[in-house]
Amino acid sequence: MIYLELFWVFFKIGLFTFGGGYAMIPFIQQEVIAKGWLSQNELINFAAVSESTPGPFAVNIATYIGVAKGGLPGGIFATFGVVLPSFIVILIVTRFYLGFKNSKLVKGVMWGIKPVAIGLIGAASFSIAYSVFIVKWGGFVSLITYPFICSAVIFVFSLALLYKRKSPILAIGVSAAAGVAFGYLGETLKFYK
Amino acid sequence: MRFNGNRAKLFFTFLKIGAFTFGGGYAMIPIIQREVTQRHRWVTDDEMLEMLAISESTPGPISINAATFIGYRVAGFWGSVLATLGVVLPSFIIITIIALFLRRFNEYKIVRYAFNGIRAGVAALVIKAFAVMSKQCPKNYISYAFAAAGFIAVTFFNFSAILIIALGGAAGLLVFLRSAKIRDNKK
Repeated sequence: MIYLELFWVFFKIGLFTFGGGYAMIPFIQQEVIAKGWLSQNELINFAAVSESTPGPFAVNIATYIGVAKGGLPGGIFATFGVVLPSFIVILIVTRFYLGFKNSKLVKGVMWGIKPVAIGLIGAASFSIAYSVFIVKWGGFVSLITYPFICSAVIFVFSLALLYKRKSPILAIGVSAAAGVAFGYLGETLKFYK
Repeated sequence: MRFNGNRAKLFFTFLKIGAFTFGGGYAMIPIIQREVTQRHRWVTDDEMLEMLAISESTPGPISINAATFIGYRVAGFWGSVLATLGVVLPSFIIITIIALFLRRFNEYKIVRYAFNGIRAGVAALVIKAFAVMSKQCPKNYISYAFAAAGFIAVTFFNFSAILIIALGGAAGLLVFLRSAKIRDNKK
């Protein structure tokens, strides 16, 4: 039953995602891409869509995959699933705030989860960088290819924009424009077959 | 449940927050703060800080946590339901529309070229997020080892991310309670 499956997958993801949107990318890779519901490239494309539309990444990707796999009801089940854990946890914590705040149990658990969540964002960075930059050319991994150079130029420029505190949407817009320009340039210069 | 006064205001305020906060996460904090502490005076600045502290130790996006927390404070359980529904609804509608069209866009060559560029930009976004989060890592070798172990286990051994978080929490609890005991003994 696709609706319950969508609900359950996103409920698990919602329950274990600490440390913000990108920490959930390894979960998406293991739970969603492994099922064949999405490809790695689609996930990266969608991260850009999510940055350029309102709302948190978690809700956006749940809705997107839910609608793609099960139409409107699928979207509702997946989104409900990803939101429910934080909703329940916050309701409980709000009632017992002082106990929660002073709890050694919570402090200890979070002390361990925080660095691990950072490790997961590191894993997300690595896997995205790998699939963006490593181009397999007839079975060999080759770095000096036209797509690699284009990606590297766009990457460095985007990172510079972000470090100058420009908005992510601007960085994505510039990347898109550069991608189109490099694409047609490559076509004209016959870099693609 | 009656949909009136505060509950209606909660719903529409969080609908607005959901519709105008791009990128999610920490970027939305100033907007939420302006709406709930200055415009409506639903919670104080101290309670807002309290909410952020809770948010750091609970799963899920900050906007959902904030909506649930403030909704509950203002109008009980149904307040939290309406605020959360309000904050989710705009992205739900927008993404549903996009989901119906995005794959079809991919047929155009210009769109494929654009996404070739965008993916490199996304790599920059995620690495920047990693750099920002790394600064928040507690400064001690055990925490560094935890972060490295999480990275290696997922990247090279395809270890379950859920298991990694659970193990991290359990190991953190052990280390934390042990060091608390050592501190108490020294006193």
